[in-house]
Amino acid sequence: MSGRVETAGRWGLVAQFPAPLGARFARNKLAVAGVSVVGLFLLFCFIGPLLYSTDQTHTDLTQVNLPPSGSHWLGTDAVGHDQLGRLMYGGQVSLLVGLTAGVLATVIGTLWGAVAGYAGGWVDAVMMRVVDAGIAIPALFILLVVSAITSPGTLGLIVILGLVSWLVPSRLVRAETLTLKNRDYVLTLRATGGTHGRAIRRHILPNSVSTIVVAATFQIADAILLVAYVSYLGLGVQPPKTDWGGMLSAGLTAAYSGRWWLIVPPGLAIILVVCAFNAIGDGLRDAFDVKGRG
Amino acid sequence: MNILEIADLGVTFSTDTGDVPAVREVSLHVRPGETLALVGESGSGKSTVALATMGLLPGNARASGRVTVDGTDVVGAPEAALARLRGRTASMVFQEPAAALDPLTRVGSQIAEVVRNHRKVSRSEAARAAVDLLRRVGIPEPERRASAFPFQLSGGQRQRVVIAMAIANSPALLVADEPTTALDVTVQAEILDLLRRLAADSGTGVLLVTHNMGVVADFADRVAVMLRGEIVETGSVEDVLLRPRHEYTRSLLSAVPRLRLSGTDAPATQEPPVVRLSDVSVRFGRVRALDGVSFDVRPGDTVGLVGESGSGKSTAARVALGLVAPAAGSVSLFGTDLGRARGRARRALLSGVGVVLQDPVASLDARMSVAECVAEPLRVHRRGMASAERRARVAEVLELVRLPKELANRGPRELSGGQRQRVSLARALVLRPRLLVADEPTSALDVSVQRTVLEVIAELQRELGFACLLVSHDLAVVQEFARRVVVLRDGRIEEQGPTMATLLHPETEYTRRLIAAVPVPDPVLQRQRRENRAALGTGAGA
Repeated sequence: MSGRVETAGRWGLVAQFPAPLGARFARNKLAVAGVSVVGLFLLFCFIGPLLYSTDQTHTDLTQVNLPPSGSHWLGTDAVGHDQLGRLMYGGQVSLLVGLTAGVLATVIGTLWGAVAGYAGGWVDAVMMRVVDAGIAIPALFILLVVSAITSPGTLGLIVILGLVSWLVPSRLVRAETLTLKNRDYVLTLRATGGTHGRAIRRHILPNSVSTIVVAATFQIADAILLVAYVSYLGLGVQPPKTDWGGMLSAGLTAAYSGRWWLIVPPGLAIILVVCAFNAIGDGLRDAFDVKGRG
Repeated sequence: MNILEIADLGVTFSTDTGDVPAVREVSLHVRPGETLALVGESGSGKSTVALATMGLLPGNARASGRVTVDGTDVVGAPEAALARLRGRTASMVFQEPAAALDPLTRVGSQIAEVVRNHRKVSRSEAARAAVDLLRRVGIPEPERRASAFPFQLSGGQRQRVVIAMAIANSPALLVADEPTTALDVTVQAEILDLLRRLAADSGTGVLLVTHNMGVVADFADRVAVMLRGEIVETGSVEDVLLRPRHEYTRSLLSAVPRLRLSGTDAPATQEPPVVRLSDVSVRFGRVRALDGVSFDVRPGDTVGLVGESGSGKSTAARVALGLVAPAAGSVSLFGTDLGRARGRARRALLSGVGVVLQDPVASLDARMSVAECVAEPLRVHRRGMASAERRARVAEVLELVRLPKELANRGPRELSGGQRQRVSLARALVLRPRLLVADEPTSALDVSVQRTVLEVIAELQRELGFACLLVSHDLAVVQEFARRVVVLRDGRIEEQGPTMATLLHPETEYTRRLIAAVPVPDPVLQRQRRENRAALGTGAGA
């Protein structure tokens, strides 16, 4: 699509106005499906417990490992928690941690990248070597070591995830800043005595919004997966709290005894939500990325 | 028989916002050995006609009517037939030589590939043919240059390589879409000479698409003028350029800045300069961008900085603005050393400067409204200003640059190129500057729009009395609007002085060549200038 608009522009056609962002996004069926899936899961996890209330703190040893039935739609787990209620309860942690950690990573990355790109020279060189070094060490490895040492709560997990995954967005924003800082309107501002702060606040960040939003969406998907990894390895939030990764981990042994309802629902939930966020990210990128929009 | 015959060609583009007709009922023909120039402003559909001729219209275009190249129908022809046609019967020269060549393949191989696409010859024969072609297009040492990569060649040489590829299979028709627009005037003159010679030697018909009337006068036998997708006038080059019949052709020709051959200079003011560069040198890495450059701009005066691309004229303007720090020498702005001023004092100094840069798209932040763009300097330098007062001032300057009030709340995207440049000008003038720095302010605009923008600048200068530093590659523009001219070459000042004295009686060979190479939109005069230039011996060192 961008190719076509560019061609038309090159050949001196009449100026074309792109359809509004929402309309361009809505044309991408997969992205719309992504938004619906994420929306449904948010409703399910945060509004669901109000309609389908279950006890997720006390164990009930009379009700363990029951298969799905009228009273427990998705059966119960090894300590008697209702599995459907647990899926909502665990989803709250997964989604909350994923969303906030993704946003936190993007914010850190944006600030780091914008400063590095705008300052240029040795400041940029030093800041980006820090990023290179960070990318050279696998995030999962740092995450596991830190979680093992600190056994973090929900908040701790968010902070750790944010701190290990800002590197990619910082590179994206730096690249964007490098082109934007040499735009004529930024040069004009600086040539007439405008401050660097104003150039960054008023021109560079607002014009990087598309890049930042798209990066954030992918970061959220990654963060949800990372939370699942960490919890699966038993280093995430601790019982009686849980998240989808923790549920997978707890249900794994039971799966060999044929208790599929303990692993299939959380596994599907993770796959659906991560795919949905990736689809939203793709849709946003295509919707934003229109050449010749000035 | 005509080599190209177009009858009732119509092209419609389907876009997000509906169908846009780009070309309507265009009919024209090109005879062997003849050059037909298709002229018009941006959006007139001239490039679309060129693409339709080659069967290269983009996927969202629908063509109707008939296009026949050497007896082959192009409209609706299967891709295989078009592939046989392209590069053999008809070939195309594009505007941007850097984009038309593969950067990772040696130029000799690229030409050889075109040869082998249509002829069954061995690799070594094709390589020999490539060297011969490079020689024909005037590349010195063709055997050695054949193994060069495109980045090792200058812009002019690259365009010669593109032309070599185009003529590799002796096409009957050459379609040249703005073949010299990306080149300097001296290089442009050489490329046009080359195209003219090749066409004459081989009897190739040429369809030349251009917006430049000087190029038309230099090269074309016949002219077709396009306006909004239709041809409004066709005729011999003498008839159309000297005796235009259509109103639009007349207005187009009158807007073209022409080099004047006589004139006198207005007396100089003796007031202290607003900006003075003293012995400024600038380096970018190992490249010497400026070397010992000194000039000044006095109140109410316009100084034109001219030179070919890479001569350092934009860098000199950026030094005057404090965007580039000189490695040696000093810049004095309003009597204060800009290099020593810091923080608040420096910003106060810079508030007396207005800037208009070349690119109408990149000059305005697309996320701001016109009013916000224009108000930005006020927000920077007049923090205490009440918003009502600010609105009033913005409305005032918009009126100064003759933009309707209703545009204030529009986004830059909804504006034409000329309107955008006037918004830039309004922003530059909102603080009532004492110096306006304009770096190619109209180079991206159509000639008719260029004229109105330049006239607005000149008129406001008389009214408001600011000094102006005008960077331009167009000598005719500088001659008309500048009182003094500084000629730059490879970062050094070749000569400077009052405009008329310098441009009518240049002291250096370089300036003489620069002036001689400017094509004038008068075929009779241009023929004469071409002969004079040949006598001057420009050489083929592009």
